[in-house]
Parts: sequence; structure tokens; C-alpha cells
Amino acid sequence: MLRYLRLLGVQFRASLAVAMQYRVEFLVEGLLGLFWAGWSLVPLLVLFDHRRAVAGWTFPEALVVIGWFALMKGVLEGAVNPSLTSVVEHIRKGTLDFVLLKPADAQFLVSTAKFEPWRVLDLLGALAIFGWAFHLLGRWPTPGHVLAALLLLACAAAILYSIWILVVSAAFFVVKVDNLSFLFSSIFDAARWPASIFRGAWRFVFTFVVPLALMTTYPAEALLGRLAPGRGLAALAGAAAFGLFARLVWLRSIRRYTSASS
Amino acid sequence: MSRTLRALPTLLRVGFAESVAYRAEFLVWLLSTNMPLVMLALWTAVAREAPVGRFGQRDFVAYYLATLFVRLMTGAWVIWELNMEIRQGTLAFRLLRPVHPLLAYACENVAAMPLRLAISAPVVALLVLTVGRTHLTRDPLLLAVFPLTLLGGWLITFLAMALIGALAFWVESAGSLFEVWLGLFGVFSGYLVPLELFPRWVGAAARALPFRYMLGYPVELLVGLEGRAPALRDLAVQWGWIAALLALALSAWRAGVRRFAAYGG
Repeated sequence: MLRYLRLLGVQFRASLAVAMQYRVEFLVEGLLGLFWAGWSLVPLLVLFDHRRAVAGWTFPEALVVIGWFALMKGVLEGAVNPSLTSVVEHIRKGTLDFVLLKPADAQFLVSTAKFEPWRVLDLLGALAIFGWAFHLLGRWPTPGHVLAALLLLACAAAILYSIWILVVSAAFFVVKVDNLSFLFSSIFDAARWPASIFRGAWRFVFTFVVPLALMTTYPAEALLGRLAPGRGLAALAGAAAFGLFARLVWLRSIRRYTSASS
Repeated sequence: MSRTLRALPTLLRVGFAESVAYRAEFLVWLLSTNMPLVMLALWTAVAREAPVGRFGQRDFVAYYLATLFVRLMTGAWVIWELNMEIRQGTLAFRLLRPVHPLLAYACENVAAMPLRLAISAPVVALLVLTVGRTHLTRDPLLLAVFPLTLLGGWLITFLAMALIGALAFWVESAGSLFEVWLGLFGVFSGYLVPLELFPRWVGAAARALPFRYMLGYPVELLVGLEGRAPALRDLAVQWGWIAALLALALSAWRAGVRRFAAYGG
């Protein structure tokens, strides 16, 4: 366990060193992230210009959801996306061999291969949105609610990561999946809206198939202090089940890996 | 000129063969254009209780299905190709050919149209079946003009991509610049939210900017949100933008190619 923590430290330092090399490029990326975080508020502003509340969500409450969306997007693009895109590249070129030869768990190694530290700026954007939302609400979350929200954030990150592992596992079978990542990002965009606004089939899809509700709506409700404990526990169980499933699929697909040259 | 014309059918055939060869990839690309469907679900849910502005549920259905159709038919991807080929130096191969590279790119993009049309056919069918009777324009003149606006929308998309892509001759972050363009497009074209629902000044700004003529204008014309006179006036503005962007893209291209030194070859 300690060994893996140390490994994580090494991998992170390596990413940081790379990031420091391309300072301007990454600063541009970071600023773009902030631009998108601000810009993603526009449809929300239009919607609440016409309505005081939608499906039980007032403007500041929906703002909290957008805050979590910005945060999760930062996690996705800063910690999950870069590593897993490079796995796809490894599989296609057959250089995954070098990773498999190393005396550590392959899934751990490929998942921590690359971080984009500048994405921390997204975190700042999210905090600013939270600040604005709670300022409008005129009250601040209690420590208990913050704790619950952080726990759900961990769940959300785990689910996001599991979905990504599933997508990458597909690369062992179909090879060309870089645009599957694009497809996933486009679906993830819907997570900026509180899930309960959607109805019928869409709500089902966003809760169970691609659990966007778990990623942004539940943590937001926890932070607002209105998430029923039962649903919080269900989210925990769901995240654990998702993670386990992804791990099993990964183990099965890696067995199918035959290096490219042979 | 006549040489270029003779090369055209072959270029189109090659492009079509390519789009069919990578059909799974192509399909995934098109499926990631799902934003109008999400917005459709969202706004119809909001409009259940009472209409938003003058938009009821069925108006939103018409608007977003038309948006999806227009977006699918006016898509281009030349910027990504251009960016990569300039950086990797493979653009050199294109420069050797006796056809203007922009025209070659345009052919590749146009050649994918039959496939795009096939994929957007269900969208059109759904549009006509659900709200066709009440929410599509009946004006024969506007219906005749619609394909022209669609072509115009595609031309603006393509030329803007070519222009921003040509900046890759000078700077490395042309891709980032294009992301900003996409962000502006999302709001000012009516792609995310119908422009009518914005405060008045946004709509006024959108009429002056090119984004609305890439998407919102053909959509509004099709679903009958725009009358005959303003539609024809907007058509002139649209083609004015096309002329301006064409001139800009061509001159940026000419200056860029002079700077271009294929490295790595």
C-alpha cells in the first residue's frame, strides 16, 4: 500500500515536471477551462431569466450543480482523461508491453501515468461558483454537509474513472476509440443540469446507464443538505459496484491483449 | 481551372470512399452531436407547465430537431486535419498536387454529405411526423431558399475553420483559439438556446456576428420563426459573410504557405 502511495508520488512529480516545461500552453488551457466554466452558465442564466424555479430547483441551487459540474470536469480532464488517452495510444502501438513488464499493477500504472496540474484552475472556478451560489442563498453549508458532499465527490470520481476504464477496455477489442472519449465528453455535458429536471427515459438513462445524477446532482443535494441518507448510501454502493465491475472487465480484456508486432 | 474541374469527380469519389471505410468512427462522431437532444429534453420539461416566451413544448421539439438536422448537415472537420498536417509537415504532399489544398479539403468534407444525409434522415422524418403540419414553414419561396441557407451555413463553418486552422502556420495554439470560437458559436448561433429567449441585445449582437448564419438562421427559417422579408435580408448578410471569410481564408492561406517549411520530411 505504502509502495503504491510512493509510486503515485513519483508519477505525479513526473507529470508536474512535464507540465512546467510547457508553461504557456498549459496556462492557455487553464484559462480556457475558466472561460468554459463561466460560459457554461449562459443557458442556466437564460432558463432562470424565464422561470423562478424549475422542478424544485431555484437559481442558486442549480448553480451549486454547475459548480460540481465544473469540478468534475476538472477531475475528468486533469486526472482521468490524459492517462487513459495514453493507454489507448499504447494499445494501438503495442507499447503496452513496457507497462505490463513493470513489477506493479498495470491498471494502477496506466491510470496514474499522466496528470495535468494546471486543471487546478478549474477547481478555483468551481469554488467561485459555490461561493456565489451560497452568497445568493444567504446561508453556508454545515461541516457535516460538506463532509457528506466530499464523500459523494469521491464516489463521483470513482464512477467517472470506472466508466473510463470501461471505455479503455473497449480499446482492446476495437482499437480506435479516441473518438469514444469525445462521445463520452459530449454526454457528460448533460451533467450540468439537475437530473430531476429531465423526465421519463432521459432520467432513467442519466441515473442508471450513465450515472450523471450521481456525479453532480447528488453531491449538490448533499451540500445543500437535502439529500436523503438512503440515497447517499445507494450512491456509495453504486460507486463500489461500478468500480468492481470495471476492474473485472479490465482484467478480462487485458488477457486479450496481444502485442502489436506479433 | 479546367484541370481542377476535371479532378473534382475523382476527389469526391475518394472522399466518399473514405467516409464509408471509416463508417463506425464517422457514426461515433455524429452521435456526439447530441446536445440538441439533451436541450430538447430539458426545455420540453420546462415548458410543460407554461410556454417559455412564445415557445411551447411543440415549438421546442420543432426547433431542436431542426437544429440537429442543420448541425449534422453543416458539419466540417477541416481544422483538426489542417492543424495536424501543418504540425507534422504532411501538408507538403498536398502542396505538390495541382489542386488548391482548400478545395481538396472541401471535397473531402462535401463527399461525406450522402452519409450525413442518411444519418439525419430519421431526424427529418421525426420532425415532419411530429410537428410537420403545424410548425414547419409553408412558404414555397422560403422552402426553396432553405437549401441555399444550408449551403451557406456549411460554407461559413468550413471557411472559418480554414481561416483559424491557417493560423497554425504562425502559432501553436490554433486549436485553443478554435475552442473559443466554438464557445461563442454555442451561444450566438442559437445552438444551445433559441436566440429569442435571450435578452434583446444578445439577439441584436447575434445578427451582426457570423455564428447565427451558420445554424440559427436556417433553423429559424425552416420552423417559420422568420418572415419572408427578414429572411431574404439575412440571406444577403449570410453570403456577405461567406465572401468576407473566403477572401480572408485565401489570403491567410497564401501568406501561411509562404512561411511553411515542411519539417521532418
